[in-house]
Amino acid sequence: MMVTVEEDKCVAGGQCVVAAPAVFDQRDEDGVVILLQENPPAAEFERVRTAATLCPAAAIRLAESLRS
Amino acid sequence: MTADVLVIGGSVGGLTTVEALRAGGFRGTVQIVGAETHLPYDRPPLSKKVLSGAWEQKRAHLRSQVQLDSLDVEFLLGRRAVGLDVDAHGVVLDDGRRLGYGRLVLATGLTPRTLPGTGSLRGVWSLRTLDDCAGLRAELLSARSLVIVGAGVLGCEIAATARQMGLDVTLIDMSPVPMWRQTGPVIGRALSELHSAQGVRVRMGTGITGLLQERGRVTGVGVDGGAVIPADVVVTTIGSVPAAAWLNDSGLALDDGVLCDERGRAATDVYAVGDVARWSEGRIRVGPRLENRTNAVQQAVFVAGDITGARHDYRQVPYFWTDQYDVRMQVFGLLPEDADVRLIDGTVESRRFVMVAEQDGQVVGVVGWNSAKAVMAAKNTFLG
Repeated sequence: MMVTVEEDKCVAGGQCVVAAPAVFDQRDEDGVVILLQENPPAAEFERVRTAATLCPAAAIRLAESLRS
Repeated sequence: MTADVLVIGGSVGGLTTVEALRAGGFRGTVQIVGAETHLPYDRPPLSKKVLSGAWEQKRAHLRSQVQLDSLDVEFLLGRRAVGLDVDAHGVVLDDGRRLGYGRLVLATGLTPRTLPGTGSLRGVWSLRTLDDCAGLRAELLSARSLVIVGAGVLGCEIAATARQMGLDVTLIDMSPVPMWRQTGPVIGRALSELHSAQGVRVRMGTGITGLLQERGRVTGVGVDGGAVIPADVVVTTIGSVPAAAWLNDSGLALDDGVLCDERGRAATDVYAVGDVARWSEGRIRVGPRLENRTNAVQQAVFVAGDITGARHDYRQVPYFWTDQYDVRMQVFGLLPEDADVRLIDGTVESRRFVMVAEQDGQVVGVVGWNSAKAVMAAKNTFLG
């Protein structure tokens, strides 16, 4: 899984930090997302997917094939 | 055909339902019917970065074509649902087509309220869709004056964007302060000062008597007392109604939205999510419907889990944010107008603060300006 974030889309909602604190943090000054791990371990995948779903600005992109 | 899951509504609620279904291992057939011709896009930027031109339209799209393809979902776009037969598990579209379903998810969102008799008047806009946004933007680029009728969240955001585009902006509302219903008097006063300082004419406590026109084009807004405010363009942001009129004869319970139980079920095999849905009360006492994006996503995830048999927590701490000029405001919970609001961090003057709202000694809401981390900490402390 490869995680990317679009800082200028981020609205500092903090949902990603709640969902996956090992992968996302927020800047102190404006709350914009900080990506801690671009390639998180498999144990984080579910939490990262939740973060991407809950992001109110669709600012988190995951490069993985969705299970279908 | 009969889809295992049929979703009516191609915006964030409908799309998220499908994504959560697939992520949960759902392998059945899925169709999404969307009234607009666009693939799913995000609405919050329409009053801000897309309207201002900072973003091209396509940046508002929620997913790439590749991502949508991987969902294995059939989109039927530019089509409206016009009827539902719950017993027969069927939906009729405006082209006469009939779609069957195993489970149905209603995610049709809202329709903006308009001023009576202004439908054909040029220069008068609502802002709900990408097409509205493109049309309004095109007019703002050559206009000098804009009057916004309705100072809710959307009206305030459009005022800020248009002012920053250099327009002469007037913001009118019957309420005593902007965003009165959403954030109450204390925050409203600060917003009023924010907009005034930026040069917006903030006309609160003002009713409108009608729109003036010349040869089919708006020229101004008449207000109480007989004055006329000239306007090249008028935007009405006077609220919205759930897009549920097509369900009137369906037998579903409708009352300011589609009434659902606490799991989002409106009838056997029928769910509703997002702005159109009115779920039974959760842990926090909520208003009749939550018109915000976060709620649409949370309900969609929950409903997908209900369909696949997964267990998700559904916690409804309402959340919304708004960006106006250099202020990013975030609100968790509710700020009723009669709540007792007190400052816990920062100062109003610095436009960086956190306040909590209390009712009967209970914290019911937390609001922050330019304090993303502090407002989240306060939310965790007071609202769980």
